This record gives sequence, structure tokens and C-alpha cells, in this order.
Amino acid sequence: MSAALARVAAAQGKRVLVCEMDDKGSLAAYLGRNELGFAPTEVSPGVFAMAMNTEDSLREYIRLFLRLPIITSLAPLARIFDFVANAAPAVKEILAVGKLCYEVRERNYDIVIVDSEASGHFVAQVSAPDALATLVRIGIVADQTKWMSDLLHDHSVSSVLAVVTPEEMPVVETIELRERLAKATPIDFAGVVVNRMPRDTVSDADLATARSIGTAQASVAVAEWLVDRRRAAQAQVARLAEALDQAALATVVETVLETVLESPDASSPSAVVDHIVDEITAHLGGAA
Amino acid sequence: MTESYSPLDSRVYAMLRDSRMIIVCGSGGVGKTTSAAALGVAAATHFDKRVLVLTVDPARRLATALGLEALGNVEVPVALDGARGSLTMAMIDTKSSWDDMIRRHAPDAATRDRVLANDLYKTLTSRFVHSHDYVVTERLFDARESGNFDLVIVDTPPSRSALSVLDAPRRMEQFFGSRLLRLLTAPSQSRLLSLASRPFFLVADRILGAAFLSDIAEFFTLFRTMESPIVARARRVGALLSDSATSYLVVTSAEPVAMNEAGYLVEALRGRRHRLEAVLANRLVPRRLSDGAPQRAAALASNSDPVSQALAAAEREIAAVASREAEVLARIGTWEVDVLASESRAGDITDTGSLRGLAQDIRSLR
Repeated sequence: MSAALARVAAAQGKRVLVCEMDDKGSLAAYLGRNELGFAPTEVSPGVFAMAMNTEDSLREYIRLFLRLPIITSLAPLARIFDFVANAAPAVKEILAVGKLCYEVRERNYDIVIVDSEASGHFVAQVSAPDALATLVRIGIVADQTKWMSDLLHDHSVSSVLAVVTPEEMPVVETIELRERLAKATPIDFAGVVVNRMPRDTVSDADLATARSIGTAQASVAVAEWLVDRRRAAQAQVARLAEALDQAALATVVETVLETVLESPDASSPSAVVDHIVDEITAHLGGAA
Repeated sequence: MTESYSPLDSRVYAMLRDSRMIIVCGSGGVGKTTSAAALGVAAATHFDKRVLVLTVDPARRLATALGLEALGNVEVPVALDGARGSLTMAMIDTKSSWDDMIRRHAPDAATRDRVLANDLYKTLTSRFVHSHDYVVTERLFDARESGNFDLVIVDTPPSRSALSVLDAPRRMEQFFGSRLLRLLTAPSQSRLLSLASRPFFLVADRILGAAFLSDIAEFFTLFRTMESPIVARARRVGALLSDSATSYLVVTSAEPVAMNEAGYLVEALRGRRHRLEAVLANRLVPRRLSDGAPQRAAALASNSDPVSQALAAAEREIAAVASREAEVLARIGTWEVDVLASESRAGDITDTGSLRGLAQDIRSLR
């Protein structure tokens, strides 16, 4: 989804940075690359991609903000990194979030799209500047967390877009994510995208007719299975829409977008992205 | 009555019979939690074992699957009809698990209270991701050491986080052994005098601020009083994770991303010399439906009426999904692991009966 959004934004003439946070390499696959590094590379016109690496982020941070003299040996830096990574994990999260906020603040890109970690970890990550600010009230870190929080809290700058598959547990988690997020930080929750919606291959009417004819029973069973699957998915979408609506977020319901991934040609990751790009583009055209 | 339940696949049967701990890992959204719960139900049904299923994901997935409302740090017994053994479920709550650990290891009440009241401690344990990893292993260890359970099934957080859980005991041990901790907890005068530590404090003070640094130092000074029990336990937890009675089950769906993750985990577990039990390919299209679908689609396509056309489209769709899944299974086969397959079921998994059915439907492919 992040890869597809990046390509849609770039098609509108924007300069886009897309960043994978959890270093599992799937963003690279979706963008047709073998791997991504900390330094952004232009993977298609207007789309720059990177993979988060907190150690590189720390190096860049020290270079940019502290303007320390070149450290003669890297050993102290490595030791500090061990410390921050293992003993004070807050710093690891802040380095990741900080790098992205820096790119936003410097306006190096028109849009920064973050392919975040799984929902359980995401809340901790995005609220890390707030959490750290309660711990460290003075010093460079305190100054640093202030501007990050300001950027993240500004609804005209930052938004969270949740992506969910229409299944029970992901839907429950998304509803919980929104609640936990609201408790942890005042960041904007822009909406939910429902991904991998099963296709509408057979209509209820066709299925009813096929049943009444009584032949081709094996095919009717296949059609029933597909119809049931779609119906179950629709029920989950309805449940999601209802939960978000109850939280007085009527606009969110309107942004629920269904994309289809069960396409027969969706065999390679980049073909999947092609498909979602088409879907989003069609959706934007319909909304305009 | 055990006889009333259909038998398990022999591979699944052997896994549940022989393991004392099964660690279930995989990418998010592949049915990992449901699989862990299903295996728990099956193990308690078919064996005279006391089974515990632990979920370590911060989201309350297991509770939903089992219709249990409040699944907290406490262990909740699950009622199972006609089971030979018993099933218990628990979720790991990071904050209270850390508190329990501090209470257990603190040398005296004063240290315990100072740690529990420390601001840094509170923030670290309740708000930061990696604090979760260590307590997960603590809970595994407790569950095994308690002697209350014969089989512990663990549902890990998605993918890479599963690996950081596995690395947590070693990191904890290294942390206590590190020069940095000694530096941080050394009295401040000797710190300034030490030529070796000066560059560190120069940088650390500028990044973190001197006040925060002394907060950290105070916290870790308290924490160090618990060093030897915690390190000793971390070693034993580490040994437990690589024990031969601890098996790892990698769960995946046929989605390309989930597959990439599964491949990565298989490699990583092998690299750590953990006992990789099998890869479970989840949510496959039922073969009773997809077998013969291309032929039926071709036959239907020759009829021009709209209903035949719709049925032909349905047959083509299921055939396309099935052939993509066949490619995926062939790819898993090249990893030289045992492969288990599970078909997607109609309807939500909402009770223990459907979980039991899910486990019974798992079949081994090689």
C-alpha cells in the first residue's frame, strides 16, 4: 500500500520519500528492487525509497545537529549506540522517527510516506517523542523532541492511515489501534484502507438462479464459497465503519477504500502494486 | 469422548506429542494466533496434557478468538468438551510482568520500591517496544519452570519482533556484562577522572543532557543490584529457547510478502540452531473446490447464458488462486522443511469447536 501511494503521489507530480521501518525488505520487492538502504534512492520518477536503520540515523544526527568534531575513532560511537539501542530503547525509536521528521521539516520531499511497523509497535514509535519529552525536560534531546512532537501533532502535516484486511482480527486490531493512538498522542487519524477485498465475481442473483437449476453442483459450491467469502469480508468492513462512526469520525467512513488483491495476475509483488495504483487512481477519479 | 473427534494428521500429532514448547512465528495477518490457539485446543483434546497458550502480541487477538473477554496477565482456563487434557490461555502484559520480575529479584524492599517508583523505569516498561521482548522470555520460562504445564504454545509478535524476543536473554546478559553499565553506574568522580570514559560522556552528555544521564545512572545503579539473579535466569531462558524439546513453527499465507518473511525466518532459525519443526501454509483454497476447476470452467464457458458465464468466472478465479498457491507450496518445498497445509474455513473462528476443526484439517505435504 505504501509503495502504491508513493507512485500515485509521484504521478501527480510530487517528490515522494517512502520509508520502510521494519527492515523486512518487502517494500523493496514491491518497488521492484532487491534491497533498499538508509540513503534514499530514486526507484521510479519522483519516488525515493529508503529503509530505516537507526545506527545510520544516529551517525547522521550527530553530524547534522551536534556538529561534533570528527570523532577520531568510531569505537565510542559504536559503544554509545549499543547503549542507546539496548538500554534506552526510547532513543532507538526517536532516531527513526527523528530522521523522518527531519526530512519533513527540511522540506526535502513533498510527501514522506512511512511503511510503519505492526500496529502494536507503531503506537510506541509514533508517540516516542511525547514519551521522551516527559523524561528529558532539558538538553539537546528535549529540544529535539519538541519540534518532532509539533510536526507529528500538526494535523495539516502528519496523518496516520491504517491499512486493514477485511478479517475479524485485523479489524479488531485496527479499531483498538485507533483507540490506543488517541490515548497516546494527538496525531491525526486520517482513515482506513481496506486491502485485499475479495472480488465480486458472482452475484447473489446468479448464484440463486444456478442453485434453482440444480446442475453443475461442483461449480455452484465454488460460487457459494466465493460469495460467502465476500459476504464475510463485507461484514467486517461494515463492523469497521460502524466502530469508526461511533467514535464521531464520519469522514473516516467515507475514506474507506476497497482494493482487490485477489487478482489472477497479481503473481509478483510489483504487479500487485500496479493493481493497487489502478484502484486508487480510479477511486480518486470517482471522488473528484 | 475423544473418539468423537477426527484424528490429527500424523505429523501434527507427533509435534504435539513430542514438544514441550512450540513457538509459533510468522508475518502479521497469516493466522498465527489462530493457529497457536487451534494447536492448543487440539493438544488438550487429544493428549492428557496440561497445555498453556501464551500470546505475546500487545493486541488482544487470542481473547477474540476464544470469546474470552478479559485475557490479562493472569492465566485463564478454557472449557473444552471431551478433552483428555486441559487448556489455559494467557496474554503477556508488559508492565505487570516487569513489576513481577522486579519484585522477585529485588534484594530488599527499599530497592524494589525505588525501582518501581522510578520515572525512567515506568516509561521504559510501559511505553517502549523492546521492553516487551525480555518479559516474554521470562514468562515462557516461568510457565515451564512452574511445572504446571506439559506443553506451552507461544504466539509471537509479527516476524522480526519474534527474533528480537529470541535474542532478548542474550542481550540482557550482554547488557549487564557491558563496560557501559559499569561506566554509567560508577561514582561520578571516578567517572570524570577516567580518561577512557571521557569521550563517551562528552558525547552522551551532549545528546541526552546531563540531567537525564544522571537519571539513567541512578536507575541502572538500582537495577544492577539485581544483576546476578537476572543474568542467571537470562542464561537459563536462552538455553530453554534452543532446547531440543522447544520447536518452532513458521506460519505463512500464500501472499508474496508473508512468504518472503517465512523464508527469512526459516533461515534465521536455522542460523540460531533452533529446532525448526515445520512451515505451516495457512488459509489455502479448499482442494475439494479447486480440484477440476479449470475443466469445469472450460465446459461452462461453452454455454452463453449469464449464469454459466458467472459460474465459469468463479471456477477460473478459484483455479487461478489454487495455481498460485501451488507455486508457493513448491517454493516452500525447496527450503527443505516439513510443510503443513491448512485450508481456509467458512465463517469466523469464534469458539473452541471451530479451533479444534482447524487443527484437524491441517495436513502434511511432505
